[in-house]
Amino acid sequence: MNAWIQAIINVFVNPIFYKSTLNQSTPLILAALGGVYSETTGVVNIALEGIMLIGAFGGVVGSYFTGNPWYGLALGVLLGVSMAALHAWASIRYAGDQIISGAALILLAQGITGFSLVELFGKPGSTDLVRSIPLVNLGSFGNVPFFGKIFNSLSPLVYIAFASVAFSWFLIYKTRLGLRMRSVGNNPEAADTLGVNVYNVRYFGVLMSGVFAALGGAFLSIGELGQFTENMSNGRGFIALAAMIIGNWSPTGAMWAAILFGAASAFNDQLQSQGILHLAINTQYLFGMIPYIITLIVVGGLVGKSRAPSADGIPYIKD
Amino acid sequence: MGKTDKKDYSEYAVVMEKIVKRFPGVLANDHVDLFVKKGEIHAIVGENGAGKTTLMNQLYGLLNSDSGKIYINGEEVKIKNPNDAIKAKIGMVHQHFMLVDRLSVVENIVLGMEPVYGPFFARDKARKQISELSQKFGLFVEPDAIIEDLPVGIQQRVEIIKVLYRGAEILILDEPTAVLTPQETDELFKILGALKAQGKTIIFITHKLHEVMAITDSVTVMQLGKVTGVVKTSDTNPRALARMMVGREVLLRVEKGEAKIGKKILRVENLHVNENRGLEAVKGLDFSVNQGEIVGIAGVAGNGQTELIEAITGLRKVEEGQVIFKGIDATNFSPKRRRDMGMGHIPEDRLKHGLVAAFPLYYNFILGKHDDPRFCDGEFLKISDIKKFSNALVKRFDVRPPLINLLGANLSGGNQQKVIVAREFSFNPDFMAISQPTRGLDIGAIEFIHKSIISMRDQGVGVLLVSMELEEIFSLSDRILVMYEGQIMGEVTPQETTTEEVGLMMAGHKLEDLRAQEA
Amino acid sequence: MNGLKKFYMNDKIVVPVFAVITSLFIAAIVMIMIGKNPLMAYGALIFGAFGTKGALINNLMKTTPLILTGLSVGLGFRAGLFNIGANGQLIIGALLSTYVGSKMIAYPFYLSIPLMLVTGMIGGALWAAIAGWLKVARGAHEVITTIMLNYIAVFIANYVVNGPFQAPGGVPKSPEIAYSARLPILATSGATWLSAGIFVALAAVVVVYILVEKTKLGYEVKAVGFNPYAAEYGGISIGKNVVMAMAISGALAGLAGTMQVMGVYYRYLGALGGSMGFDGITIALIGQNDPIGIAFAAFLISSIRAGSNQMQIAGVSKNIVIIIQGIIIFLVAANRLVKTFMFWKRKEVEGA
Repeated sequence: MNAWIQAIINVFVNPIFYKSTLNQSTPLILAALGGVYSETTGVVNIALEGIMLIGAFGGVVGSYFTGNPWYGLALGVLLGVSMAALHAWASIRYAGDQIISGAALILLAQGITGFSLVELFGKPGSTDLVRSIPLVNLGSFGNVPFFGKIFNSLSPLVYIAFASVAFSWFLIYKTRLGLRMRSVGNNPEAADTLGVNVYNVRYFGVLMSGVFAALGGAFLSIGELGQFTENMSNGRGFIALAAMIIGNWSPTGAMWAAILFGAASAFNDQLQSQGILHLAINTQYLFGMIPYIITLIVVGGLVGKSRAPSADGIPYIKD
Repeated sequence: MGKTDKKDYSEYAVVMEKIVKRFPGVLANDHVDLFVKKGEIHAIVGENGAGKTTLMNQLYGLLNSDSGKIYINGEEVKIKNPNDAIKAKIGMVHQHFMLVDRLSVVENIVLGMEPVYGPFFARDKARKQISELSQKFGLFVEPDAIIEDLPVGIQQRVEIIKVLYRGAEILILDEPTAVLTPQETDELFKILGALKAQGKTIIFITHKLHEVMAITDSVTVMQLGKVTGVVKTSDTNPRALARMMVGREVLLRVEKGEAKIGKKILRVENLHVNENRGLEAVKGLDFSVNQGEIVGIAGVAGNGQTELIEAITGLRKVEEGQVIFKGIDATNFSPKRRRDMGMGHIPEDRLKHGLVAAFPLYYNFILGKHDDPRFCDGEFLKISDIKKFSNALVKRFDVRPPLINLLGANLSGGNQQKVIVAREFSFNPDFMAISQPTRGLDIGAIEFIHKSIISMRDQGVGVLLVSMELEEIFSLSDRILVMYEGQIMGEVTPQETTTEEVGLMMAGHKLEDLRAQEA
Repeated sequence: MNGLKKFYMNDKIVVPVFAVITSLFIAAIVMIMIGKNPLMAYGALIFGAFGTKGALINNLMKTTPLILTGLSVGLGFRAGLFNIGANGQLIIGALLSTYVGSKMIAYPFYLSIPLMLVTGMIGGALWAAIAGWLKVARGAHEVITTIMLNYIAVFIANYVVNGPFQAPGGVPKSPEIAYSARLPILATSGATWLSAGIFVALAAVVVVYILVEKTKLGYEVKAVGFNPYAAEYGGISIGKNVVMAMAISGALAGLAGTMQVMGVYYRYLGALGGSMGFDGITIALIGQNDPIGIAFAAFLISSIRAGSNQMQIAGVSKNIVIIIQGIIIFLVAANRLVKTFMFWKRKEVEGA
C-alpha cells in the first residue's frame, strides 16, 4: 500500500505528468471543440474520429512532400474539412441519418488513409518519419524550476488549442453568427421564420468541426513525432465526443473534460513507469481502459444533467 | 389592366378579398372576405376547423392562396412568404410560440435582425431597443432571462415584442389566450389596449366569446370555411355570436335507439393531470360513465381533453385523484393492465399512437392484444390465425384496399381510422375511450364510424367520447359534459340543451350561470 | 397498387444496389487515377473470391462470422438501435467461450460444442445488455456506449491473453479449446478449411427470421423500433424490449466470435475479430435488415474481402475495400440522395 501512495506522489510531483497531460489533452480539446461547433448548430458528428485520422494523415503527407510541417497542417485541415463537407452534404442537404453517415465517414477515413499509406509510402502500418512542427522554446523560462519543465518545448498546437477554446467561446456566445448557430441548433423552425438561413449556419458548424478535429488529428502525427500510423486516432474522436457531452456542449466545458481525460491518461502512463510498483507488463492494459470506463460511466451518469441542443441530430426539412 | 374595379380600401388596414384555399379533400377557405379597419381590434371567431388560422397564415405568407386578393392600407400586395409580410409591417404571434427555449429574451427578440458592432452581437444596443419598446407599450420583460424559465404569459409577451421589434403595425394573434391563465389573460388585454392606443391594428383569433365582448371592436364569424357574420361588437352579444358560430342544423343524424344504461363502469374522482410542460391541464374532474351509454366531452381543443383521456388509459401520470375502472382503483395501472381488464382506446393521434405505420395491417390489427391466446401460442405468433382475423375485420369494416399485407402508412386517413376502430371494437371491451374519431375524414367514413360507435353502445359498452366537433357530440352522446380549461362547465343531455348553450359553455360560461340568467 | 409495390422495391432493393454499384464505380475511378487498371483489379478480386476451390472455401469461411455480425447489427436496427459494438461483443463472447472450451478436455462433443455456443452467446449478450441498460435507465446513447465497450473489451482481452489466460510461448494467445469442441470440417484446401460454422450461421439466419417475423418478442421489438409511442399505447414495454434487443444482438455477435474460435483458430487470438463488427454495419445496411438479405450481403462483402488479397497481389491495396464499404454506408445513409438521383433520372425519362 505504501508503495502505491509513494508512486502516486511521485507522479504528481513530477512536471512530466503535467506536460504529458497538456500533450494528451490537446487533440481531445481540439476534436471536442469540433464537436461543439457541429452540434451547437444541430448536427451530430460522430465522424470526428475519421476526421482526426485523415487530419493526421494529411499532416504527414503535406510535410513529407513539402518538407514544411506547416503545409502539412494546412493539408490535414483541408482534408478534414472535405470530409466534414461530405457529412454536411449528406446530413443537411439530404437530411440523411447523421449517425450512419458519421459511421460511413469513419470507415472511409480508415480506408483512404490505409490505402494511400501503401500507395505513397510503399508499405502498410506506418509512414516514414517526416518533419514535425517545431516545438516552442521558451528561452530562459525553461530554466524556471518545475514550471519551466512543464511549459518549455510544447507544440505550438497546444497553445493553438487553448486559444481556440477562447476564440470559440467568443464566437458562439458573443457574436451574431454564434447567436444564429445556437438558435438553429435549438429551434430551426423559429430561426427560419425570422429569416435565418438554417442550412448555411449548419454548414458552417459542420465545416468548422472539420477544421478543429483535423487540427487535433494533425497534432497526433506532426505535433511531436512526425509519423502517421494506421488508425492512430484510436478512439480519441469518441472520447472527444464524450468530453463535449460532459462539458455540456460548451467550449470551456469541453476543454475541462478533455483535460480530465488527458490527465487520466497521463497519470496511467506515469504510474506504469514507477519502478517501485513492480507492475507486470500486462497491467498497461488494465490501466489503459480507464479513460474508456470513465467515459462510459460519465455518459451513463451525466445524461440529464448535461443537455444537448434541442434539435441536435434532427434534420431540418423545409417543405 | 383596366380600371374596372379600383376600390377605395384606404380606411382599412387589411382587406382580404374572396380568398380561396383548398387542401386535399377540404375547402378550408371558401371565398372569404375580411375587412379590418385601421387601429381596431378585430376578432375572428369560429369553431376548430372553421378556417381562421388558415386565413391568417395566408395573410402572414405561411400559406399561399389559391385565389383572392390582399390589400394592406388600401394597396394591393402579394404576400408570398413571411418576409413579404414583415415588409408589409404585418406580424404574427403563433399559437405555438416560435421561441428558442435556451436563448435569452433579448436574443430571441432580435434574432435575424441583430444589432452588431462589426461581427459582434451588440447586446447592449439590443437591450436598449427592447427596453424602449417595453416602456412604450407597457410590455415588461426581464431582458436576460432564459425563455424556458419564463411562464407562458411572459413568453407570449416576448413574442409580441419580437413582432413589434420588426416594426409591425398589424398584429395577428392566433388564439393567444388558449395557453394563458385568467390573470395572464387580463394582462394581455391591457397590453392589447395599449397597442391599440398607439395606433396598431390587431387581429385576434379566438373562440372564447366573453373575450370577444371584452376587448374587440368588430367581429368576423367563420364556419366551415365561410364567413357567416360580420358585426360590430357593440351591436351583438354572446348568444348571437354562438348562433353564428355553431347554431346550424346538425347535418349528420345518426339513427340510435334509447340507451339501455347498465351499471357504472368508469369513475373519475377529483382527477388532476398535468400537460407536458408541467402545468395543470385537468383540474379536479369528477364524473362517471355507465355501460351502454355514450358520454360526450365537448370543448375547444386544448382544454385538457387530451390529458384526461391519456390519464384514463394509462399513458399519462395522474397527479391527484383516482381512476376507478370496474370498481377497482386503476389509477396506477399500466396501459397493458387496463387493456386486459377490458378498456379500449381510440386515440386522438392516429399515426402517433394508434398505428405503427411501418407495420402491415395484420400486425396493426393485433396491437395491444398480440399476446392474447387467439394470436399467439406461447412465444410464437399464430400468423395464419392473425391473418384470418384481420381479413375478417377488413371485410366487416370495409377497409380499402382490403389487403392485409399493406403497410399502415399506405392507407388513407379514413381507412387507417377504420383499422383502429375495427381493432379496438374486436377486442370486446367493456369501456372505450374515444378521442376525435373522425378528424379529417370524409362524410362516408364519418358515418361508418359513428354507426360503429352506436352499435358498441348498444352492445353494452360504456363509451367516453371526446370531440371538437359539436355536431358529433350532439348526434352520438347520451350525456354531454362541457370541458373548459380543465374543468367541467356543466352536464346536459342533447335533448334538453341547444348548441348555443353548449357553445357558451365551451367559451367558459358555467351552466348554472346560464340557466340562472334565463330564469 | 403497382405504384406502391414499385415504391417499396425502390426503397428496399434499389438503394443498396445503387450504393454497391456506385461505390465500385468510384473505387474504379480511384484505381484509374493511381494508374491501375480497374478491370484487372476487379478481375483479380473475382478470381480471388471464386476462382478456385481454395478461394471459395476461404470465402465461405469468412462469410460465416459476417452473417452473424450482420444479423447482430440488423436486429439492432430493427429495434431502432444502432449497435456499433458488435466487435466488443464478439471479443467478450469469444473469450468466454474459449475459457469454457479450454476447460472441457474430458467432455464429449455433444456437451462441449453446445456449451461453448451458449457461453459465447451469453458473453456477447451480457456485454451488449450493458449498453441497453445504460440507454433505458440512464438515457445514454448506444453509439457512444457500445464504442466505449469495444475499447474496454479489447483491453480486457489483451490483459487476459498476456497473463492469467495466456498459453505458454511468447505470442499473446489463449490456450487451445478442447478437441471435442472443434467444429467438424466440411472441406479443406491447403491451409484453409471450412467448418460446420457456416451451418450455425445459416441456422442463425433462420432463427432470426423466425424471431423477427413469427414471435411475440419480434413483434414487440419491431413495434418499439418503428413507433415507441404506439408500442406504449399497445401495452408494450419499451425498456424491456430495448434491453432484450440489445442482448440478442450481442448474442449474435458473441456467436460470431465463438465461430472463429470453434471453427478457425481453436483459441483466442487478438486479431480474431478483425473489422467484422464494422462490416456488420455495411452488411445490415445492404441487406436492409432482412435476415435473408443479410446472408446475401455477408457473402457479397466476404467475397470482396476475400478477393481483395488477390487484388493486392495484382497491385491494388486491399484498403480500397474499406473505402468501398465506407461509400456504401454513406450512400445508404444519404438515401435521399440516391432517391433524388433516381427520381431525377425517371423524371427526365418521363419528360422526354
